[in-house]
Amino acid sequence: MRNPLSQTIVSIQPSGIRKFFDIVSEMKDAITLGVGEPDFDTPWHIRDEGIYSLEKGKTFYTSNAGLKELKVEIDRYLTRRCGISYDYNNEILVTVGGSEAIDIAMRAMLDPGDEVLIPQPSYVSYEPCCILANGTPVIIELKAENQFRLTAAELEAAITPKTKLLVLPFPNNPTGAIMEKADLEAIAEVIERYDLYVISDEIYSELTYTEDTNHVSIASLPGMKERTVLINGFSKAYAMTGWRLGYACGPKLIIQQMTKIHQFAIMCAPTTSQYAAVEALKNGDEDVAKMREEYNGRRRYLMHRFKEMGLECFEPFGAFYVFPCIKEFGMTADEFATALLNAQKVAVVPGTAFGACGEGFIRISYAYSLDVLKKALDRIETFITKLREERNS
Amino acid sequence: MREKILTFIEKNSRIDLKELAIILGVDETIVVNELQAMEEEHVICGYHTLIDWDKVGVEKVMAMIEVRVTPQRGLGFDKVAERIYNYPEVNAVYLISGGFDFMVTIEGKTLREVAQFVSEKLSTLDTVLSTKTNFILKKYKDHGTILAERPKDERIQMIP
Repeated sequence: MRNPLSQTIVSIQPSGIRKFFDIVSEMKDAITLGVGEPDFDTPWHIRDEGIYSLEKGKTFYTSNAGLKELKVEIDRYLTRRCGISYDYNNEILVTVGGSEAIDIAMRAMLDPGDEVLIPQPSYVSYEPCCILANGTPVIIELKAENQFRLTAAELEAAITPKTKLLVLPFPNNPTGAIMEKADLEAIAEVIERYDLYVISDEIYSELTYTEDTNHVSIASLPGMKERTVLINGFSKAYAMTGWRLGYACGPKLIIQQMTKIHQFAIMCAPTTSQYAAVEALKNGDEDVAKMREEYNGRRRYLMHRFKEMGLECFEPFGAFYVFPCIKEFGMTADEFATALLNAQKVAVVPGTAFGACGEGFIRISYAYSLDVLKKALDRIETFITKLREERNS
Repeated sequence: MREKILTFIEKNSRIDLKELAIILGVDETIVVNELQAMEEEHVICGYHTLIDWDKVGVEKVMAMIEVRVTPQRGLGFDKVAERIYNYPEVNAVYLISGGFDFMVTIEGKTLREVAQFVSEKLSTLDTVLSTKTNFILKKYKDHGTILAERPKDERIQMIP
Protein backbone atom coordinates (compact mmCIF):
# COMPACT_ATOMS: atom_id res chain seq x y z
CA MET A 1 0.00 0.00 0.00
CA ARG A 2 1.08 3.53 -0.65
CA ASN A 3 1.97 5.80 2.24
CA PRO A 4 -1.24 7.70 2.90
CA LEU A 5 0.44 10.63 4.64
CA SER A 6 1.68 13.99 3.53
CA GLN A 7 5.40 14.38 4.11
CA THR A 8 4.86 17.98 5.17
CA ILE A 9 2.63 17.05 8.06
CA VAL A 10 4.75 14.05 9.06
CA SER A 11 7.83 16.27 9.24
CA ILE A 12 6.18 18.45 11.91
CA GLN A 13 7.02 17.31 15.41
CA PRO A 14 4.09 16.79 17.78
CA SER A 15 4.13 18.83 20.96
CA GLY A 16 6.55 16.98 23.25
CA ILE A 17 5.03 17.89 26.58
CA ARG A 18 1.90 15.80 26.08
CA LYS A 19 3.64 12.79 27.59
CA PHE A 20 4.82 14.79 30.57
CA PHE A 21 1.32 15.97 31.41
CA ASP A 22 -0.16 12.53 30.90
CA ILE A 23 2.04 11.47 33.84
CA VAL A 24 0.82 14.47 35.84
CA SER A 25 -2.83 13.59 35.37
CA GLU A 26 -2.20 10.10 36.78
CA MET A 27 -0.31 11.41 39.81
CA LYS A 28 -2.11 11.83 43.13
CA ASP A 29 -1.84 15.21 44.89
CA ALA A 30 0.03 16.70 41.98
CA ILE A 31 -0.40 20.43 41.48
CA THR A 32 -0.11 21.62 37.93
CA LEU A 33 0.74 25.16 36.99
CA GLY A 34 0.72 24.23 33.34
CA VAL A 35 -2.69 25.27 32.12
CA GLY A 36 -2.86 28.22 29.75
CA GLU A 37 -6.49 29.19 30.11
CA PRO A 38 -8.25 31.41 32.65
CA ASP A 39 -9.46 29.78 35.87
CA PHE A 40 -12.55 32.01 35.87
CA ASP A 41 -15.88 30.96 34.46
CA THR A 42 -17.26 33.02 31.61
CA PRO A 43 -19.17 35.88 33.31
CA TRP A 44 -22.80 34.90 33.73
CA HIS A 45 -24.36 37.69 31.67
CA ILE A 46 -22.31 36.53 28.69
CA ARG A 47 -23.30 32.89 29.14
CA ASP A 48 -26.87 34.01 29.57
CA GLU A 49 -26.87 35.73 26.17
CA GLY A 50 -25.59 32.53 24.59
CA ILE A 51 -28.37 30.55 26.24
CA TYR A 52 -30.94 33.17 25.28
CA SER A 53 -29.87 33.02 21.64
CA LEU A 54 -30.45 29.27 21.70
CA GLU A 55 -33.88 29.74 23.25
CA LYS A 56 -34.77 32.13 20.48
CA GLY A 57 -33.74 29.54 17.93
CA LYS A 58 -30.63 31.30 16.68
CA THR A 59 -29.21 28.00 15.55
CA PHE A 60 -28.33 28.71 11.92
CA TYR A 61 -25.12 29.67 10.14
CA THR A 62 -24.19 33.32 10.29
CA SER A 63 -22.67 35.00 7.26
CA ASN A 64 -19.15 33.74 6.55
CA ALA A 65 -17.30 36.66 8.04
CA GLY A 66 -19.51 36.73 11.14
CA LEU A 67 -22.58 38.47 12.52
CA LYS A 68 -22.76 42.08 11.48
CA GLU A 69 -23.70 43.04 15.03
CA LEU A 70 -20.54 41.39 16.35
CA LYS A 71 -18.27 42.94 13.74
CA VAL A 72 -19.68 46.37 14.57
CA GLU A 73 -18.95 45.74 18.26
CA ILE A 74 -15.41 44.55 17.45
CA ASP A 75 -14.78 47.80 15.62
CA ARG A 76 -16.17 49.81 18.54
CA TYR A 77 -14.07 47.84 20.98
CA LEU A 78 -10.82 48.32 19.06
CA THR A 79 -11.57 52.01 18.65
CA ARG A 80 -12.22 52.33 22.37
CA ARG A 81 -9.27 50.26 23.61
CA CYS A 82 -6.60 50.64 20.94
CA GLY A 83 -7.59 53.69 18.93
CA ILE A 84 -7.88 51.79 15.62
CA SER A 85 -11.01 51.58 13.53
CA TYR A 86 -11.89 48.88 11.00
CA ASP A 87 -14.64 48.76 8.41
CA TYR A 88 -16.91 46.01 9.67
CA ASN A 89 -17.92 45.16 6.13
CA ASN A 90 -14.51 44.48 4.64
CA GLU A 91 -11.84 44.50 7.29
CA ILE A 92 -13.05 42.17 10.03
CA LEU A 93 -13.36 38.37 10.01
CA VAL A 94 -14.76 36.40 12.93
CA THR A 95 -12.88 33.13 13.37
CA VAL A 96 -12.89 29.94 15.42
CA GLY A 97 -10.55 31.24 18.09
CA GLY A 98 -7.39 33.22 17.47
CA SER A 99 -5.83 29.93 16.36
CA GLU A 100 -7.83 29.72 13.16
CA ALA A 101 -6.98 33.32 12.38
CA ILE A 102 -3.25 32.58 12.69
CA ASP A 103 -3.59 29.62 10.36
CA ILE A 104 -5.59 31.30 7.63
CA ALA A 105 -3.66 34.56 7.80
CA MET A 106 -0.51 32.61 6.93
CA ARG A 107 -2.26 30.65 4.20
CA ALA A 108 -3.64 33.82 2.69
CA MET A 109 -0.28 35.58 2.63
CA LEU A 110 2.44 33.01 1.92
CA ASP A 111 3.86 31.48 -1.22
CA PRO A 112 6.44 28.68 -1.19
CA GLY A 113 9.81 30.04 -0.18
CA ASP A 114 8.49 33.11 1.63
CA GLU A 115 10.23 33.53 4.96
CA VAL A 116 8.30 34.19 8.13
CA LEU A 117 10.07 35.67 11.14
CA ILE A 118 8.92 34.04 14.35
CA PRO A 119 10.26 35.40 17.63
CA GLN A 120 10.69 32.69 20.28
CA PRO A 121 10.01 31.71 23.02
CA SER A 122 6.42 31.89 21.84
CA TYR A 123 3.19 29.99 21.40
CA VAL A 124 3.74 26.70 19.65
CA SER A 125 1.52 26.97 16.60
CA TYR A 126 3.15 29.72 14.53
CA GLU A 127 5.88 27.47 13.18
CA PRO A 128 3.66 24.52 12.14
CA CYS A 129 1.07 26.89 10.65
CA CYS A 130 3.80 28.54 8.63
CA ILE A 131 5.10 25.20 7.36
CA LEU A 132 1.59 24.05 6.47
CA ALA A 133 1.17 27.25 4.49
CA ASN A 134 4.37 26.41 2.57
CA GLY A 135 6.30 29.21 4.23
CA THR A 136 9.77 28.95 5.69
CA PRO A 137 9.94 29.77 9.39
CA VAL A 138 12.93 31.78 10.54
CA ILE A 139 13.33 31.94 14.29
CA ILE A 140 14.41 35.07 16.14
CA GLU A 141 15.67 34.16 19.59
CA LEU A 142 14.51 36.69 22.14
CA LYS A 143 16.69 37.41 25.14
CA ALA A 144 16.05 37.71 28.84
CA GLU A 145 18.30 40.76 29.05
CA ASN A 146 15.88 42.57 26.72
CA GLN A 147 12.97 41.37 28.86
CA PHE A 148 12.14 39.09 25.93
CA ARG A 149 11.08 42.06 23.80
CA LEU A 150 11.90 42.14 20.11
CA THR A 151 14.49 44.79 19.28
CA ALA A 152 14.92 46.54 15.94
CA ALA A 153 18.47 45.17 15.68
CA GLU A 154 17.35 41.56 16.20
CA LEU A 155 14.62 42.02 13.63
CA GLU A 156 16.87 43.59 11.04
CA ALA A 157 19.53 40.90 11.48
CA ALA A 158 17.02 38.18 10.59
CA ILE A 159 15.69 39.81 7.43
CA THR A 160 16.65 38.39 4.01
CA PRO A 161 15.33 39.24 0.56
CA LYS A 162 12.81 36.42 1.03
CA THR A 163 11.35 37.74 4.27
CA LYS A 164 7.68 38.59 3.89
CA LEU A 165 6.06 38.35 7.25
CA LEU A 166 6.75 38.97 10.91
CA VAL A 167 4.76 37.29 13.66
CA LEU A 168 4.43 39.58 16.65
CA PRO A 169 3.30 37.58 19.68
CA PHE A 170 2.82 40.16 22.43
CA PRO A 171 1.76 40.11 25.26
CA ASN A 172 3.69 36.89 25.10
CA ASN A 173 3.00 33.35 26.05
CA PRO A 174 5.21 31.96 27.71
CA THR A 175 7.39 34.85 28.87
CA GLY A 176 4.75 37.40 29.85
CA ALA A 177 6.75 40.01 27.93
CA ILE A 178 5.02 43.01 26.39
CA MET A 179 6.03 45.53 23.74
CA GLU A 180 5.45 49.12 24.74
CA LYS A 181 4.85 51.94 22.32
CA ALA A 182 8.52 52.92 21.98
CA ASP A 183 9.52 49.29 21.37
CA LEU A 184 6.92 49.02 18.62
CA GLU A 185 7.93 52.30 17.02
CA ALA A 186 11.50 51.07 16.79
CA ILE A 187 10.54 47.90 14.91
CA ALA A 188 7.85 49.63 12.83
CA GLU A 189 10.54 51.64 11.13
CA VAL A 190 12.36 48.43 10.11
CA ILE A 191 9.13 46.78 8.99
CA GLU A 192 8.35 49.69 6.72
CA ARG A 193 11.88 49.96 5.36
CA TYR A 194 11.93 46.29 4.33
CA ASP A 195 8.31 46.28 3.21
CA LEU A 196 7.21 43.47 5.55
CA TYR A 197 3.78 42.43 6.74
CA VAL A 198 2.86 41.67 10.34
CA ILE A 199 0.64 39.10 12.00
CA SER A 200 0.10 40.61 15.42
CA ASP A 201 -1.27 38.03 17.85
CA GLU A 202 -2.80 40.16 20.58
CA ILE A 203 -4.91 37.52 22.28
CA TYR A 204 -3.59 38.62 25.71
CA SER A 205 -4.07 42.34 25.00
CA GLU A 206 -6.43 42.86 27.94
CA LEU A 207 -3.96 41.37 30.38
CA THR A 208 -1.22 43.93 30.83
CA TYR A 209 -0.08 45.28 34.17
CA THR A 210 1.94 48.41 33.52
CA GLU A 211 0.74 51.42 35.49
CA ASP A 212 -1.91 53.43 33.66
CA THR A 213 -0.98 52.27 30.17
CA ASN A 214 -3.07 49.97 28.08
CA HIS A 215 -1.79 47.51 25.58
CA VAL A 216 -0.59 49.22 22.40
CA SER A 217 -1.30 47.53 19.09
CA ILE A 218 1.27 47.89 16.33
CA ALA A 219 -1.64 48.50 13.96
CA SER A 220 -2.28 51.82 15.73
CA LEU A 221 1.10 53.23 14.68
CA PRO A 222 1.27 55.39 11.55
CA GLY A 223 1.63 53.34 8.37
CA MET A 224 1.21 50.03 10.16
CA LYS A 225 -2.51 49.34 9.83
CA GLU A 226 -2.14 48.61 6.13
CA ARG A 227 0.63 46.09 6.86
CA THR A 228 -0.88 44.32 9.84
CA VAL A 229 -3.30 41.51 10.42
CA LEU A 230 -4.40 42.05 14.00
CA ILE A 231 -5.55 38.88 15.73
CA ASN A 232 -7.50 38.84 18.95
CA GLY A 233 -10.26 36.86 20.56
CA PHE A 234 -12.46 36.22 23.54
CA SER A 235 -10.69 33.30 25.22
CA LYS A 236 -8.30 35.10 27.53
CA ALA A 237 -9.98 38.44 28.13
CA TYR A 238 -13.46 37.09 28.88
CA ALA A 239 -12.54 33.57 30.01
CA MET A 240 -14.28 32.10 26.98
CA THR A 241 -11.80 29.46 25.80
CA GLY A 242 -14.41 26.76 25.19
CA TRP A 243 -16.55 29.06 23.05
CA ARG A 244 -13.84 29.06 20.37
CA LEU A 245 -14.15 32.59 19.13
CA GLY A 246 -11.61 35.04 17.80
CA TYR A 247 -11.19 37.53 15.01
CA ALA A 248 -8.78 38.98 12.51
CA CYS A 249 -8.73 42.59 11.34
CA GLY A 250 -6.66 43.96 8.51
CA PRO A 251 -6.54 45.36 5.01
CA LYS A 252 -9.52 44.40 2.84
CA LEU A 253 -7.16 42.73 0.36
CA ILE A 254 -5.96 40.20 2.94
CA ILE A 255 -9.22 39.76 4.88
CA GLN A 256 -11.02 38.97 1.64
CA GLN A 257 -8.70 36.06 0.89
CA MET A 258 -8.78 34.87 4.49
CA THR A 259 -12.56 34.91 4.35
CA LYS A 260 -12.35 32.69 1.27
CA ILE A 261 -10.35 30.04 3.13
CA HIS A 262 -12.59 30.40 6.17
CA GLN A 263 -15.67 30.01 3.98
CA PHE A 264 -14.46 26.75 2.44
CA ALA A 265 -12.90 25.24 5.56
CA ILE A 266 -15.19 26.41 8.36
CA MET A 267 -18.27 28.16 6.91
CA CYS A 268 -18.66 30.42 9.91
CA ALA A 269 -17.70 30.65 13.57
CA PRO A 270 -20.20 29.12 16.06
CA THR A 271 -23.40 31.15 16.10
CA THR A 272 -24.10 30.79 19.84
CA SER A 273 -20.62 32.02 20.65
CA GLN A 274 -21.04 35.02 18.40
CA TYR A 275 -24.18 36.13 20.21
CA ALA A 276 -22.48 35.70 23.56
CA ALA A 277 -19.48 37.67 22.29
CA VAL A 278 -21.66 40.64 21.36
CA GLU A 279 -22.68 40.83 25.02
CA ALA A 280 -19.05 40.46 26.12
CA LEU A 281 -17.98 43.46 24.04
CA LYS A 282 -21.00 45.55 24.95
CA ASN A 283 -21.03 44.98 28.69
CA GLY A 284 -17.90 43.09 29.64
CA ASP A 285 -15.32 45.81 30.33
CA GLU A 286 -15.88 45.63 34.06
CA ASP A 287 -15.48 41.85 34.18
CA VAL A 288 -12.21 42.15 32.33
CA ALA A 289 -10.98 44.80 34.76
CA LYS A 290 -11.83 42.59 37.73
CA MET A 291 -10.04 39.58 36.33
CA ARG A 292 -7.04 41.70 35.38
CA GLU A 293 -6.82 43.00 38.94
CA GLU A 294 -6.98 39.46 40.28
CA TYR A 295 -4.24 38.23 37.93
CA ASN A 296 -2.12 41.22 38.83
CA GLY A 297 -2.31 40.40 42.54
CA ARG A 298 -1.18 36.85 41.84
CA ARG A 299 1.60 38.13 39.61
CA ARG A 300 2.89 40.38 42.39
CA TYR A 301 2.69 37.50 44.82
CA LEU A 302 4.70 35.19 42.57
CA MET A 303 7.35 37.82 41.88
CA HIS A 304 7.66 38.42 45.60
CA ARG A 305 8.08 34.74 46.33
CA PHE A 306 10.74 34.34 43.62
CA LYS A 307 12.62 37.26 45.06
CA GLU A 308 12.50 35.69 48.51
CA MET A 309 13.74 32.39 47.11
CA GLY A 310 16.45 34.16 45.17
CA LEU A 311 15.12 32.72 41.93
CA GLU A 312 16.01 34.91 38.98
CA CYS A 313 12.98 36.16 37.05
CA PHE A 314 12.46 39.29 35.01
CA GLU A 315 9.21 41.05 35.84
CA PRO A 316 6.62 40.21 33.21
CA PHE A 317 3.94 42.79 32.50
CA GLY A 318 1.54 40.75 30.40
CA ALA A 319 -0.53 37.57 29.97
CA PHE A 320 -0.71 35.22 32.97
CA TYR A 321 2.70 33.63 32.91
CA VAL A 322 6.00 34.09 34.65
CA PHE A 323 9.17 32.70 33.15
CA PRO A 324 11.82 32.21 35.83
CA CYS A 325 15.40 31.25 35.00
CA ILE A 326 16.65 27.94 36.39
CA LYS A 327 20.15 27.99 34.91
CA GLU A 328 21.78 28.17 38.34
CA PHE A 329 20.87 24.52 38.99
CA GLY A 330 22.89 23.19 36.09
CA MET A 331 19.98 21.23 34.64
CA THR A 332 18.10 21.53 31.39
CA ALA A 333 14.56 22.86 31.63
CA ASP A 334 13.27 19.37 30.88
CA GLU A 335 15.36 17.82 33.64
CA PHE A 336 14.30 20.49 36.08
CA ALA A 337 10.60 20.07 35.32
CA THR A 338 10.85 16.28 35.59
CA ALA A 339 12.80 16.43 38.86
CA LEU A 340 10.37 18.98 40.31
CA LEU A 341 7.43 16.78 39.42
CA ASN A 342 9.01 13.66 40.89
CA ALA A 343 10.26 15.29 44.06
CA GLN A 344 7.45 17.73 44.86
CA LYS A 345 4.60 16.85 42.51
CA VAL A 346 4.45 20.26 40.92
CA ALA A 347 4.11 20.41 37.16
CA VAL A 348 5.46 23.35 35.17
CA VAL A 349 6.17 23.63 31.47
CA PRO A 350 9.84 23.56 30.41
CA GLY A 351 10.78 26.68 28.45
CA THR A 352 12.01 24.54 25.57
CA ALA A 353 8.40 23.68 24.72
CA PHE A 354 8.29 27.22 23.27
CA GLY A 355 11.45 27.04 21.21
CA ALA A 356 15.08 26.08 21.75
CA CYS A 357 15.91 29.45 23.27
CA GLY A 358 13.51 28.68 26.13
CA GLU A 359 16.29 26.46 27.50
CA GLY A 360 17.12 27.38 31.06
CA PHE A 361 13.62 28.68 31.82
CA ILE A 362 10.32 27.29 33.01
CA ARG A 363 6.84 28.64 32.45
CA ILE A 364 4.54 29.02 35.41
CA SER A 365 0.93 29.93 34.75
CA TYR A 366 -0.91 31.99 37.34
CA ALA A 367 -4.35 31.17 36.04
CA TYR A 368 -4.82 29.49 39.40
CA SER A 369 -6.29 30.57 42.70
CA LEU A 370 -3.95 32.10 45.23
CA ASP A 371 -4.35 29.05 47.46
CA VAL A 372 -3.10 26.73 44.74
CA LEU A 373 -0.25 29.07 43.88
CA LYS A 374 0.81 29.31 47.51
CA LYS A 375 0.91 25.57 47.95
CA ALA A 376 2.81 25.10 44.71
CA LEU A 377 5.31 27.84 45.50
CA ASP A 378 5.99 26.33 48.93
CA ARG A 379 6.83 23.07 47.21
CA ILE A 380 9.03 24.77 44.64
CA GLU A 381 10.85 26.55 47.45
CA THR A 382 11.50 23.24 49.24
CA PHE A 383 12.73 21.78 45.98
CA ILE A 384 15.22 24.47 45.09
CA THR A 385 16.45 24.78 48.67
CA LYS A 386 17.35 21.08 48.53
CA LEU A 387 19.03 21.50 45.15
CA ARG A 388 21.16 24.30 46.51
CA GLU A 389 22.09 22.31 49.62
CA GLU A 390 23.13 19.35 47.50
CA ARG A 391 25.20 21.59 45.31
CA ASN A 392 26.95 23.21 48.25
CA SER A 393 27.71 20.00 50.13
CA MET B 1 -6.42 51.94 48.57
CA ARG B 2 -9.27 51.60 51.06
CA GLU B 3 -11.61 50.34 48.40
CA LYS B 4 -9.04 47.81 47.21
CA ILE B 5 -8.43 46.50 50.72
CA LEU B 6 -12.14 46.29 51.43
CA THR B 7 -12.94 44.55 48.17
CA PHE B 8 -10.38 41.93 49.06
CA ILE B 9 -11.21 41.31 52.69
CA GLU B 10 -14.92 41.37 52.03
CA LYS B 11 -14.39 38.00 50.37
CA ASN B 12 -11.53 36.77 52.53
CA SER B 13 -11.11 38.41 55.91
CA ARG B 14 -8.65 35.76 57.03
CA ILE B 15 -5.98 36.68 54.52
CA ASP B 16 -2.54 37.17 55.97
CA LEU B 17 -1.88 40.92 56.00
CA LYS B 18 1.64 40.52 54.75
CA GLU B 19 0.29 38.60 51.77
CA LEU B 20 -2.44 41.15 51.18
CA ALA B 21 0.20 43.88 51.06
CA ILE B 22 2.21 41.91 48.47
CA ILE B 23 -0.86 41.31 46.36
CA LEU B 24 -1.83 44.98 46.43
CA GLY B 25 1.77 46.01 45.82
CA VAL B 26 2.05 48.25 48.88
CA ASP B 27 3.88 48.30 52.18
CA GLU B 28 2.46 46.12 54.93
CA THR B 29 2.24 49.06 57.37
CA ILE B 30 -0.12 50.84 54.99
CA VAL B 31 -2.50 47.89 55.02
CA VAL B 32 -2.28 47.50 58.80
CA ASN B 33 -2.86 51.20 59.43
CA GLU B 34 -5.75 51.44 57.01
CA LEU B 35 -7.45 48.43 58.55
CA GLN B 36 -7.03 49.81 62.04
CA ALA B 37 -8.41 53.17 61.00
CA MET B 38 -11.38 51.57 59.29
CA GLU B 39 -12.14 49.46 62.34
CA GLU B 40 -12.06 52.57 64.52
CA GLU B 41 -14.29 54.48 62.12
CA HIS B 42 -16.62 51.52 62.07
CA VAL B 43 -16.23 51.21 58.32
CA ILE B 44 -15.37 47.62 59.11
CA CYS B 45 -18.15 46.53 61.44
CA GLY B 46 -17.06 42.97 62.09
CA TYR B 47 -15.41 39.86 60.71
CA HIS B 48 -17.90 37.04 60.35
CA THR B 49 -17.84 33.54 59.00
CA LEU B 50 -20.16 32.24 56.33
CA ILE B 51 -21.39 28.82 57.45
CA ASP B 52 -23.58 26.28 55.72
CA TRP B 53 -25.30 25.08 58.89
CA ASP B 54 -27.21 22.42 56.98
CA LYS B 55 -23.98 20.47 56.61
CA VAL B 56 -23.27 20.53 60.33
CA GLY B 57 -26.60 18.97 61.21
CA VAL B 58 -27.44 21.74 63.63
CA GLU B 59 -31.13 22.62 63.50
CA LYS B 60 -31.69 26.23 62.62
CA VAL B 61 -34.72 27.98 61.32
CA MET B 62 -34.56 31.29 59.53
CA ALA B 63 -37.37 33.53 58.53
CA MET B 64 -37.69 36.79 56.67
CA ILE B 65 -40.51 38.84 58.10
CA GLU B 66 -42.20 41.65 56.27
CA VAL B 67 -43.27 44.21 58.85
CA ARG B 68 -45.61 47.13 58.36
CA VAL B 69 -45.40 49.85 61.01
CA THR B 70 -46.60 53.35 61.85
CA PRO B 71 -43.56 55.58 62.16
CA GLN B 72 -43.44 57.48 65.42
CA ARG B 73 -44.03 61.20 65.34
CA GLY B 74 -40.79 63.12 65.19
CA LEU B 75 -38.67 60.01 65.25
CA GLY B 76 -39.56 58.35 61.96
CA PHE B 77 -38.62 54.79 61.33
CA ASP B 78 -35.32 54.77 63.17
CA LYS B 79 -36.86 54.56 66.62
CA VAL B 80 -39.09 51.69 65.56
CA ALA B 81 -36.18 49.89 63.97
CA GLU B 82 -34.19 50.22 67.15
CA ARG B 83 -36.94 48.50 69.13
CA ILE B 84 -36.79 45.63 66.69
CA TYR B 85 -33.05 45.24 66.18
CA ASN B 86 -32.23 45.19 69.86
CA TYR B 87 -33.69 41.70 70.19
CA PRO B 88 -30.82 39.21 69.95
CA GLU B 89 -33.04 36.86 67.94
CA VAL B 90 -33.07 39.43 65.16
CA ASN B 91 -30.32 38.95 62.62
CA ALA B 92 -30.90 41.83 60.26
CA VAL B 93 -33.26 44.74 59.84
CA TYR B 94 -33.66 46.68 56.61
CA LEU B 95 -35.90 49.63 55.84
CA ILE B 96 -37.62 48.74 52.59
CA SER B 97 -39.37 50.67 49.87
CA GLY B 98 -42.56 49.19 48.49
CA GLY B 99 -45.48 47.36 50.05
CA PHE B 100 -44.11 47.14 53.57
CA ASP B 101 -41.62 48.95 55.79
CA PHE B 102 -39.08 46.60 57.35
CA MET B 103 -37.54 43.34 56.31
CA VAL B 104 -36.54 41.56 59.49
CA THR B 105 -34.44 38.40 59.44
CA ILE B 106 -34.82 36.12 62.40
CA GLU B 107 -32.96 33.03 63.40
CA GLY B 108 -34.18 30.44 65.89
CA LYS B 109 -33.69 26.81 66.79
CA THR B 110 -37.18 25.68 65.85
CA LEU B 111 -40.15 26.84 63.87
CA ARG B 112 -42.03 27.24 67.09
CA GLU B 113 -39.37 29.47 68.56
CA VAL B 114 -39.48 31.82 65.59
CA ALA B 115 -43.27 31.82 65.49
CA GLN B 116 -43.37 32.60 69.16
CA PHE B 117 -41.02 35.52 68.78
CA VAL B 118 -43.13 36.97 66.00
CA SER B 119 -46.43 36.58 67.77
CA GLU B 120 -45.27 37.54 71.24
CA LYS B 121 -42.52 40.09 70.72
CA LEU B 122 -42.74 41.57 67.28
CA SER B 123 -46.48 41.78 66.62
CA THR B 124 -47.17 43.17 70.02
CA LEU B 125 -45.05 46.29 69.52
CA ASP B 126 -47.33 49.35 69.51
CA THR B 127 -46.13 50.59 66.18
CA VAL B 128 -46.35 47.29 64.32
CA LEU B 129 -49.43 47.09 62.11
CA SER B 130 -48.90 43.70 60.54
CA THR B 131 -46.32 40.98 59.93
CA LYS B 132 -45.89 38.36 57.27
CA THR B 133 -43.50 35.56 58.09
CA ASN B 134 -41.61 33.83 55.28
CA PHE B 135 -39.63 30.79 56.39
CA ILE B 136 -36.47 30.06 54.50
CA LEU B 137 -36.50 26.56 53.06
CA LYS B 138 -33.08 26.45 51.46
CA LYS B 139 -30.18 28.80 51.13
CA TYR B 140 -28.43 28.79 47.75
CA LYS B 141 -26.27 31.84 47.89
CA ASP B 142 -25.32 34.18 50.69
CA HIS B 143 -23.00 37.18 50.82
CA GLY B 144 -22.25 36.72 47.13
CA THR B 145 -21.07 33.19 47.72
CA ILE B 146 -22.73 30.13 46.20
CA LEU B 147 -23.07 27.55 48.97
CA ALA B 148 -23.01 24.47 46.74
CA GLU B 149 -19.56 22.95 46.42
CA ARG B 150 -17.57 24.26 43.53
CA PRO B 151 -16.87 21.78 40.77
CA LYS B 152 -13.25 20.64 40.56
CA ASP B 153 -10.80 22.23 38.16
CA GLU B 154 -11.67 20.50 34.91
CA ARG B 155 -9.21 22.26 32.69
CA ILE B 156 -6.90 20.00 30.77
CA GLN B 157 -3.40 20.54 29.49
CA MET B 158 -3.53 21.64 25.88
CA ILE B 159 -0.50 22.31 23.77
CA PRO B 160 1.01 25.17 25.70
